[in-house]
Amino acid sequence: MTELRYLAPTTLDEAIKAFAAAGSAGRILAGGTDLLVQMRSGAVKPGVIVDIKKIAEMTAIAKTADGGFRIGAAVPGAVLAEHPNFGKVWPGVLEAINLIGSTQVQGRASAGGNLCNGSPAGDSVPALVAAGAIVTLQGPNGRREMAVENVPAGPGRTNLLPGEILVSFSLPPRPPGSSDAYLRMIPRTEMDIAVVGVGVSLTIKDGVCTAARVGLGAVAPTVLLVEAAATALVGSKLDDAALNAAAAACSAACRPIDDKRGTIIYRTKVAGVLLKRTTLIAAKRAK
Amino acid sequence: MNIVTNNKWIGQRTIRPDGADKVTGRAAFAADTNMSGMIWGKVLRSPHPHARIKSIDTSKAEALPGVKAVVSARDIVDFPVDKSVMLGIQDMRWMCRNVMAREKALFPGHPVAAVAATTEAIAAKACELIEVEYEVLPWSIEIDDAIKPDAPILHDFLKFEGKPSNIAGKLEVKKGDIEQGFKQAEVVVERTFTTRPVHQGYIEPHACLVSVAPDNKTTIWSSSQGQFMVRAMTAYLTGIPQSDIRAIPAEIGGGFGGKTIVYLEPLATLLAKKSGRPVKMVMTREEVMRATGPTSGSKSTVKIGARKDGTIVAAQGTFYLQAGALPGSPIRGAVGCSFSPYDIPHVLSVGFDVLSNRSKVAAYRAPGAPIGAYAVECVLDELAEALKMDPLELRLKNAAKQGTKAAFGPVFPRIGYIETLEAAKAHPHYTAPLGKWQGRGVASGFWFNAGGESSAQVNVTEDGNVVVTTGHPDVGGSRAAIANICAELLGIDYKRVSVLIGDTATIGFSNLTGGSRVLFASAIVVTQSTDKIISTLKERAAKIWDIDPEAVKWENGAAHPASPNAGQFEPLTLAELAAKAPTMGGPIGAGVQLNTEGAEGGFGTHICDVEVDTELGIVRVIRYTAVQDVGRAIHPGYVEGQIQGGVAQGIGWALNEEYIYNKSGKVDNPGFLDYRMPVCSDLPMLDCVMVEVPNPKHPQGVKGVGEVPLVPVMAAVANAIHNALGKRFYSLPMSPPVVLEVIEGPETRQAAE
Amino acid sequence: MAKLHVSTTINGEPMEFLCEPSDTMLDALRGPLGLTGSKEGCASGDCGACSITVDDRLICSCLMLAVEAQGHELHTIEGMAHGDKLHPLQQKFLEMAALQCGICTSGMLVASDALLRKNSKPSEEEVRFWLAGNLCRCTGYDKIVRAVMETAAEMREAAQ
Repeated sequence: MTELRYLAPTTLDEAIKAFAAAGSAGRILAGGTDLLVQMRSGAVKPGVIVDIKKIAEMTAIAKTADGGFRIGAAVPGAVLAEHPNFGKVWPGVLEAINLIGSTQVQGRASAGGNLCNGSPAGDSVPALVAAGAIVTLQGPNGRREMAVENVPAGPGRTNLLPGEILVSFSLPPRPPGSSDAYLRMIPRTEMDIAVVGVGVSLTIKDGVCTAARVGLGAVAPTVLLVEAAATALVGSKLDDAALNAAAAACSAACRPIDDKRGTIIYRTKVAGVLLKRTTLIAAKRAK
Repeated sequence: MNIVTNNKWIGQRTIRPDGADKVTGRAAFAADTNMSGMIWGKVLRSPHPHARIKSIDTSKAEALPGVKAVVSARDIVDFPVDKSVMLGIQDMRWMCRNVMAREKALFPGHPVAAVAATTEAIAAKACELIEVEYEVLPWSIEIDDAIKPDAPILHDFLKFEGKPSNIAGKLEVKKGDIEQGFKQAEVVVERTFTTRPVHQGYIEPHACLVSVAPDNKTTIWSSSQGQFMVRAMTAYLTGIPQSDIRAIPAEIGGGFGGKTIVYLEPLATLLAKKSGRPVKMVMTREEVMRATGPTSGSKSTVKIGARKDGTIVAAQGTFYLQAGALPGSPIRGAVGCSFSPYDIPHVLSVGFDVLSNRSKVAAYRAPGAPIGAYAVECVLDELAEALKMDPLELRLKNAAKQGTKAAFGPVFPRIGYIETLEAAKAHPHYTAPLGKWQGRGVASGFWFNAGGESSAQVNVTEDGNVVVTTGHPDVGGSRAAIANICAELLGIDYKRVSVLIGDTATIGFSNLTGGSRVLFASAIVVTQSTDKIISTLKERAAKIWDIDPEAVKWENGAAHPASPNAGQFEPLTLAELAAKAPTMGGPIGAGVQLNTEGAEGGFGTHICDVEVDTELGIVRVIRYTAVQDVGRAIHPGYVEGQIQGGVAQGIGWALNEEYIYNKSGKVDNPGFLDYRMPVCSDLPMLDCVMVEVPNPKHPQGVKGVGEVPLVPVMAAVANAIHNALGKRFYSLPMSPPVVLEVIEGPETRQAAE
Repeated sequence: MAKLHVSTTINGEPMEFLCEPSDTMLDALRGPLGLTGSKEGCASGDCGACSITVDDRLICSCLMLAVEAQGHELHTIEGMAHGDKLHPLQQKFLEMAALQCGICTSGMLVASDALLRKNSKPSEEEVRFWLAGNLCRCTGYDKIVRAVMETAAEMREAAQ
């Protein structure tokens, strides 16, 4: 039986020291909605659990100096939903995070955990990618930033360096006429892992799309930033031709597998369908 | 039969006697019980779908500190394969091999050893230290693979048509002459359907706590649908005499048939005996999904022929059902129920029991019947379409009624099938408008129901109230219904009746909770017991009044003179007579034990509306009305509950539930995340119409209600999808990738004659 | 390895217990704390039978380490009734037959209570999506949803 140690440091420095010292035996605990399941199934047998929920920076939601948002990596989705402004500015990011699991899971699950778990289907990730989120990491060698789309390295893996902890997400300020949306395809109405997830963030000025980002999840070993889809949308009035082109770009970008949640053919088709629907929702919100 | 019509309690939505405990978290389920000195048991399971067990070395496990006992197949009583020993419908030859592998491991998850230790963690670690030498063998899972000529044979002692085979049995039911029948048909539809294995999905995993004293006196608390079955199976498998075993039914957290056999109890008993400590065993969800019995996957071919005026002249069904690793799939239900709603002169219904390397199937709510009905009711829908007839009209034209001879044998007495069709047809749901990509389907279904052994004990307390002890675990609200009946018969307030479920030591033999029989059977024995008590009460009143007992009537909870001629006396209440009991002949109580008879089958007709997202292939059920002949709804709330529960399970079976196997033959989705049962947001309100055609052979007119609700559902959903899309589906589940492929792909319609 | 000692508040009462670092809060409730009202259906956060609230936040107790309870306020099914007075939701579940086997009932009540504290006028859709994490296999959810909505209506009336 592994001698498991549980630590709940109150500062980031303490946390990093402990996490780095634990090496491959260390695991970060935020909401625990992935970690505890993996421990119970035997998939993960940590030697040290570092609970980061007592660290102020990791559980805070704040406005940044430039008018954007910084969200602590361990903020539960339910807490983020109760923020008076966040959901108005980033409804897509919020709805994505709040689609992770059930109401109970949302009471604990965080975007940081969702991202670092490395599931290709994590709901928060395509929306954060579309939002252009920047993550702040801190480790034994100090603090650095990374575009969120560069964090996932493959199923169950990230590009965080040993000892690094994901501290927060920064979302940029929004120009007027901007909004976002996230849709996923699941067979039931709740509780399923996304078969395909699409996040779209866009800015519309005088009926024309002037900026767009598209994140596509569950169709490749990592989330995809589909630049070709964004290109098809930008400069258009989001008419059928533009939507079809963007949808086709998403389908073309897919590199999915056949598994118990979906087939290659199905996922590829659905990616295109969801792109159109998500774009129209974001556009409606942007008005 | 006396149908009580001036109901005070029968037909009322009373508060269930076990309710307060359940809403406060007090109710004791099997995993909630503890005993002093208790240790934990864990099971070591085969990783292989099919393997010969060459040796098991438990020495390292036994040496681990904290381990108190280890059990393997040699500790379990052997039932040689050449001699069938039946316990109800279960054959002990298969049961002894199911609770623990003997010669071979037959599916991934098959128990090969068990350990008891002072903590769960130590027991789990000890399992890892048990060394098992396997000779891995080829395996098959799907029906087609298992019946191929070169399929790996699971049991070479089982022969079909003279050769070792994975077909373990065949069942045939015949009426008339099928060849002649089809000669008369002017329209014929023949289709083949497949379904995947699905699990009963009870939220409570199997659990038990067993204590064995040095003198073999054994006490078992377990989650089961039959404490007498638990006692008998444990006795058979451990060699401890039944009289030394007391099996106590804990509150059960769902069964639906899956808990009508034992998995853990014999193992825990042997571990408790060897260790001298009480042993608790609780399955994980993964163990439940891998190693307990889901129902069969199936392949059915149904051919129905009719004249142009809609008269069905011939029907033929061939049903292949998976048994899993050991014989016993529910072909009886598929073969016997599927054509029973209809009066068809020529019927041939045949079932095949197919072995393969997956867990042995267990009963699931009307076992076999939903599988058969899915095929038959879908073919009827195509037939109605070909005949340009309304699907309910087609069924009405051919409906079974009193005097119809069912293909499986009996002549139907007064039944309520036609009433369900008429109620469905008249229901506003049937004619409500439908929007774009919405569709409506109907289907009917039948289940045998059952009577069987039941015991009851009814006692009047010294303070003039009543305690009823019955013998069947309560899965559907039977305690509430029994309280309604007893209160009604005695004419006292419902709250004065306490209903308990006895254990094997405190109540007489009572057969399983299953077959939709509990209320039917227990109401008979409770009624007879209560009638005896009423006789006693009348006699005692008569004695007090010095009149003839015939001149006393029992009404509104008291004895009264039957007529003014009998004399003028103040009524004597139950409480008053109870107080006088010690000086008037002693305790007032009665018990009855019977093998009850007179159960009649049940029928249902369902209407389902769906809406299809045609770009994603997602089907949602948006409206559902289930009409059922319920005999007599003693407690309407819990009858509705049975109907709604069965419908929800059927919707899951139709749309998203399925066992998914990986390339190594192991279950790929052994949990609630990927075994997709309906969640609250998936379903609409489920409307119920209870048609009451009382069972003339039952004192309160009761018919079994619990299983019929699952039977029509998958076909109702499939027919609704067809109505929405114009496409037929011949396999379940109709999950989004399947639906999208049918929407977008080439026409998949099979050849019609 | 010595067990960890945890001090917490459960249903308004200060409580302490010993646990392994890897024990979940559900393990602690059902083991050393003897509060078996919360049930284990899956141990993976998919069924909701273990639902409790922590600092008024609805969670699955199987997805929380027992040691995390230190210093927090937990509420379980055992704290829903007050003495012999049932919570309106508990009473309504009984009246409307919103339970059968009862294994999901504890979690369903805790989750429904959490909903009504947050939203006193939920629509049917809101109730259904809020309770999507509470699996029930017996009832088909119909009577549960009706009971929650009727309770909400009665509680709103009583508040006026």
